[in-house]
Amino acid sequence: MSLATATISALRKQLVAREITPVDIIDALAATISAKNEDIGAYLATNLDDARAQAATADLTRPLGGIPIAIKDNINVLGEQCTCGSKFLAKGYTAPYDAHVTGLLRDSGAILFGRTNMDEFAMGSATENSALQVTRNPHDLSRIPGGSSGGSAAAVAADLAIAALGSDTGGSIRQPASHCGIVGLKPSYGRVSRYGLVAFASSLDQIGPMTKSVEDAALLLQAIAGPDHRDSTCLNLPVPDYTADLHKGVAGMKLGIPKEYFGEGIHPEVRARVEASVKRLEAAGAEIVEISLPHTEHAVATYYIIAPAEASSNLSRFDGIRYGQRAAAPADLLDLYKRSREEGFGPEVKRRIILGTYVLSSGYYDAYYTRAQKVRTLIRRDFENAFQHVDAILTPVAPAPARKIGEFADDPLHEYLSDICTLGPNLAGLCAISVPAGTVASDTGTQLPVGLQILAPHMAESTLLRVAKAAEL
Amino acid sequence: MASEHIKVSHVAGLARLELTDAECAVFQTQLDAILGHAESLAALDVTGIEPTSYPAPVYDVMREDEPRPSIPPEAVLANAPDQAQGQIRVPKVIADA
Repeated sequence: MSLATATISALRKQLVAREITPVDIIDALAATISAKNEDIGAYLATNLDDARAQAATADLTRPLGGIPIAIKDNINVLGEQCTCGSKFLAKGYTAPYDAHVTGLLRDSGAILFGRTNMDEFAMGSATENSALQVTRNPHDLSRIPGGSSGGSAAAVAADLAIAALGSDTGGSIRQPASHCGIVGLKPSYGRVSRYGLVAFASSLDQIGPMTKSVEDAALLLQAIAGPDHRDSTCLNLPVPDYTADLHKGVAGMKLGIPKEYFGEGIHPEVRARVEASVKRLEAAGAEIVEISLPHTEHAVATYYIIAPAEASSNLSRFDGIRYGQRAAAPADLLDLYKRSREEGFGPEVKRRIILGTYVLSSGYYDAYYTRAQKVRTLIRRDFENAFQHVDAILTPVAPAPARKIGEFADDPLHEYLSDICTLGPNLAGLCAISVPAGTVASDTGTQLPVGLQILAPHMAESTLLRVAKAAEL
Repeated sequence: MASEHIKVSHVAGLARLELTDAECAVFQTQLDAILGHAESLAALDVTGIEPTSYPAPVYDVMREDEPRPSIPPEAVLANAPDQAQGQIRVPKVIADA
């Protein structure tokens, strides 16, 4: 069996025992990339020579020594391009610094290996909105891998990466993890520094691990979590040992099933797989409790006001002046701004900038933005109330398995509504994870993965990972 | 909530985006649908509810006021679409006298 199929924890044992070298792992990945990446399109770029050079000098005494990690292309890696899946940056942005997380990965001995495709500026649920290439689901090449971290998910699922980093603003780690059959962890807001992550919606974004096992998610989170003085939203709290409680099981824990997440619109086979996971956790000793999160139905409207509002502000820095796309022969400065942004941004980004600008504009600010922030409080309180009665919450990740590429091309509202299961945890700042829960047969005979979503209170990653480990197939 | 439709071409101007007429027409329909969905929030009673800007506390982080290394200017200028004399060059913004 190729080393490319292995987990971080298995490879680390072999590396420490000197049974393999980091270069062996790179060679194995190079072979699978050569065989499969052209069809799947997970990577925007890899640099195998540089990876081998890093592998040759990797410090195997470090926690991730010799382990290659793929990076979503909205996270700065010193000296490498950072395109965010956008034409705006593809022509002219090389990261002049490391993100906090990429610095920590280097400190942990990891090999930074390849940049993965994504929806432009992380806006989307399909990786269809990348301006640079299409990424396909490794389980069915006619289908989406999910988004916006679809490149990272597809790379891990197809053994083109041992593990990867993604970013999650409204489900962008968990949803592609679910569609591709891997583990995807969105840490609590403030657990991981956002320094060096190109901002989409600053009050929602978090960087997190995408891995082949729950244990690997714990190992990777261990490496990237912790305070950072360069991010005022990163909490100054110690990082627990995330592997310490991993195998303690769920006996005696109370797990909540919110009735609002199992209503109409959930694919019956998705519901069946999630319910089977719930039954297995119950058999393992957990008490299953029905709960209510009454404002769930308002999560989509709330998110799609707040996120575009923050995006319209964050993306105002893309003005054609300091980096990226600049329109030729501008008549004046305003013409430069408007044409550079028109030329550089794709349709989804423009749509969200306009929506965000509108809801922040004078006369509409209170009607939309302030009201959405108040509803956000109600959604947060729903979770706070629920966690007074249960240790964690179990839900589907997405209402249906991966759809066909291009299916919702002209219907963004339909696409946005498919995010219903993942938006609430971001609005409330919770930690959340997607764990494989089985597969569903498609009409063309392929088997499409389905994920179980587990939610835990803010900063309760140890609880989250413990439940996830017990739920792991 | 607002009852009138979004004026896409006007808002695009505020957002410093030059859209084509075709883009305006497509976005008009799509954004009307999205804002129509958002109207559902108007039915909620949010009297006395504090807005949530961030789901966790935000700290002001202060560092010592002392010199320290920064990103090299040449690394920053390397990303600029146009540069001259160690500076980023932009279109003229001051009219001739």
